[in-house]
Amino acid sequence: MKFDTPSAENPTDRLRVVGQPVDRIDGPLKTTGRAPYAYEHHDGFTGGFADGLARPAYGHVLGAGIARGRIRSFDAEAARRAPGVLAVISADNAGPLGQGPRNTAKLLGGPRIEHYHQAIALVVAESFEQARAAARLIRVEYAREAGEFDLAKVRDSGRAPQDEPDRRLGDFAAAFAASAVRIDAVYRTPDQSHAMMEPHASMAAWDGDRLTLWTSNQMIAWGRADLAKTLGIRPEQIRLLSPYIGGGFGGKLFVRADAVLAALGARAIGRPVKVMLARPLVFNNTTHRPATIQRIRIGATADGHIHAIAHESWCGNLPGGSAETATQQTQLLYAGAHRLSALRLATLDLPEGNAMRAPGEAPGLMALEIAIDELAEKLGLDPVELRIRNDTPVDPHDPQRRFSQRQLVECLRTGAARFGWAQRNPVPGRTRAGRWLLGHGVAAAFRNNLVMKSGARVRLGRDARVTVETDMTDIGTGSYTVIAQTAAEMLGVPLAQVDVRLGDSDFPVSAGSGGQWGGNCSTAGVYAACMRLREQIAQRLGFRDAAAVRFADGEVQAGGRVAPLADAVRDSELLAEDSIEFAGLDRKYQQSTFGAHFVEVGVDAATGETRVRRMLAVCAAGRILNPKTARSQVIGAMTMGVGAALSEALHVDPRLGCFVNHDLAGYEVPVHADIPHQEVIFLDGADPVSSPMKAKGVGELGLCGVAAAIANAVYNATGVRVRDYPLTLDKLLGQMPAPG
Amino acid sequence: MDDCLHLKITRRRLLIASAVSASAAALPSLSGAASRDAPQTAAAPVQQRVRLRINGEVHSLELDTRTTLLDALREHLQLTGTKKGCDHGQCGACTVLLDGRRINACLTLAVMHEGAELTTIEGLGTPGRLHPMQAAFVKHDAFQCGYCTPGQICSALGMLDELRAGQPSHVSADLEAAPTLSADEIRERMSGNLCRCGAYSNLVEAITEAAGSRA
Ligand code: FES
Ligand code: FES
Repeated sequence: MKFDTPSAENPTDRLRVVGQPVDRIDGPLKTTGRAPYAYEHHDGFTGGFADGLARPAYGHVLGAGIARGRIRSFDAEAARRAPGVLAVISADNAGPLGQGPRNTAKLLGGPRIEHYHQAIALVVAESFEQARAAARLIRVEYAREAGEFDLAKVRDSGRAPQDEPDRRLGDFAAAFAASAVRIDAVYRTPDQSHAMMEPHASMAAWDGDRLTLWTSNQMIAWGRADLAKTLGIRPEQIRLLSPYIGGGFGGKLFVRADAVLAALGARAIGRPVKVMLARPLVFNNTTHRPATIQRIRIGATADGHIHAIAHESWCGNLPGGSAETATQQTQLLYAGAHRLSALRLATLDLPEGNAMRAPGEAPGLMALEIAIDELAEKLGLDPVELRIRNDTPVDPHDPQRRFSQRQLVECLRTGAARFGWAQRNPVPGRTRAGRWLLGHGVAAAFRNNLVMKSGARVRLGRDARVTVETDMTDIGTGSYTVIAQTAAEMLGVPLAQVDVRLGDSDFPVSAGSGGQWGGNCSTAGVYAACMRLREQIAQRLGFRDAAAVRFADGEVQAGGRVAPLADAVRDSELLAEDSIEFAGLDRKYQQSTFGAHFVEVGVDAATGETRVRRMLAVCAAGRILNPKTARSQVIGAMTMGVGAALSEALHVDPRLGCFVNHDLAGYEVPVHADIPHQEVIFLDGADPVSSPMKAKGVGELGLCGVAAAIANAVYNATGVRVRDYPLTLDKLLGQMPAPG
Repeated sequence: MDDCLHLKITRRRLLIASAVSASAAALPSLSGAASRDAPQTAAAPVQQRVRLRINGEVHSLELDTRTTLLDALREHLQLTGTKKGCDHGQCGACTVLLDGRRINACLTLAVMHEGAELTTIEGLGTPGRLHPMQAAFVKHDAFQCGYCTPGQICSALGMLDELRAGQPSHVSADLEAAPTLSADEIRERMSGNLCRCGAYSNLVEAITEAAGSRA
């Protein structure tokens, strides 16, 4: 189905199942521990297609001990002789390996080492303990080479990425110089880690030259293609399965070392092999969100209209890696006739930087939304009002291009009223509650709505049960549930009559889980397949005009005639497959999602410890397919935003070229005691330009702006403006108002 | 690190020694050479038999003495409801109830628990017949990816028993008085169970409801 005109009224508008806050259909499996994740497919070995496979052996990955250089000698003799060891795989014996286009560094390093903890060997043994112990017996000598690990040091060598040229409008320099009120500041965001709770894991089994890989991956088709390229086989030789994923946040968008090494290990020993990355390996071996240095200059009129705005951002990556597009939202969020945005990408020899939840906007808004707060203060204007004053209904660079929907002002107004923003004292450091200095902060949220082709097939079985199959994944986002809701609505059956099967490369290719496009696009693909199926059903039941047929309550009706749905499949089942293809609307209209975050913090007047006391998000993201699961996406993102604001940073050791705090004790994600009750409001508003589902993404929007709202609240509490994330207490102490 | 066990040293010195060897394992020396003191050979694994009563059923296992309780469950009994998030006590995904108390199953060796009574997530309810805590998690959407969830549920049950037994926490105002089932007490006591999906705000509601229904 081509989607090239805004959606008219369609069956999902009934909102009997779609749009309802139903419980997750995978909830009972997950809460009872019965949902099998990548490392847990032991059932696959006793039944199903993998019947008769031998018990899997265990693989343990050894990571490189240097950041850059080469392996001088690699001695695995002792490891090979160790009890239980079946094979040691390394670049020496793995045979030629290709590289998928989505991987920057090789997934099996050696002799060349490109980054610290790059995988250099897999030890395969009968037991996990044996594999782990044997890996310690491998003797590696390295020839270390100097590398660049310090962004501040290499920043000036950065170049504009080929696909992200500078964007200019008007004459920024002159307009900025002539502005009545100006701010010019530099902000820093650190390297961050996805730190999903399930480490990357894979289990591989070969049958001749065909590979079955259970893994934990957000994008099945990308994964299959890149794995095939790496192994030098055809994608059709690989079946990739990822039905349950213990979190991804972008860290599982791409095939990683666990998948490749499990496949190599299993091929070497002729038996299934499973591999889970040890937690301390995950942080340097896999990808991370790259650090940025951002300079923002804004010039405004005395009454708070932005006249000139410039956002420049510097980042680094391995050669061939991409840039963190932190300036992206600044091109679209606020009005202003004179504009400049520029990215500079330098070479760093740290582990590979890549997408993490809301890449670009998350770090970009961490800076921009502090800058707006600074500007508001300089203008003596309320920061909510300043944002409203600079709203723009069109893409400022291309005024013909309107936003399909833009509810930033409503988000801000609704949030301000709900939060009690009017009671905030705009003068910093003046609100006390016992030992706590209280502060209130706001930030805008913005994230583009991306659309990607997505397919599905839907079967109406002879028992009148509906089965949806698509290679879409559910990384905690609620895909199982919103897909079931879509099929139930389209075919007029109860939710309980729908089965959803996901994450299998044997199923039609979907949009996958990334860039907050998954929910909207994958359900739109299911919508397309259901439309096909409705035609077939109508035809079987003898309805002439399929478009006029209504599906509701297990019945099909048109022109006064009613037929039970089950009659259509009395003799044989029906199967339909289709995909949604987006054609043009995304270029004609700017499609974005909007929100506003409001936060109250308390900062301990003596110790500088910051506690978040209240959080409110107002989100406008088209139709909300399931307010319960969507709300969970947003509160989860808000929680990640608390981490980004207050505690999360991968600390670079500039001598060794690695992230030193590479475990969950050193890399501090928020714990339960860090998070207060969180409130989320969704503004109504189906967006017919986005898809037939009229939905947009929400899972990343919830993160965008959160950290800045907290930083602004800390400023309001203390009068200390921190422009260097995270806002740890050492950055406040010594500058806070004297305790008294 | 295994060598430490052969040395006669005080507990304090052992702690220091393991801290040093942990960081040595984590970071290479600046020369770039592999550590010189790595053992050259590995002894055959020592096996030991252990009997565990898990979810009411007795299991007798012959295990490598290095096998953690977590891997005994996951890899030897295929009870994979208990999750491995870090394998060294930093995340809580592996929380089970051992003789009624919550414990990180990755931080203890299986053979240390001869005769112990274990409850794992599989012993609490089934998809068709959820335990009240599991039902409250579904109702309040107290999870997303589900990977921390079995640990959260076991931890919540253990935590409620600790609270009922009057054990104070860091946020208890009065160490002598019986602690109350407040949101702050729950948040504090559940802070050993990380949830990167960030379901905390819903978790506290689910636990509060389930605690109420059991009281
Ligand atoms: S796996 Fe045991 S605490 Fe993380
Ligand atoms: S539900 Fe994913 S980590 Fe908690």
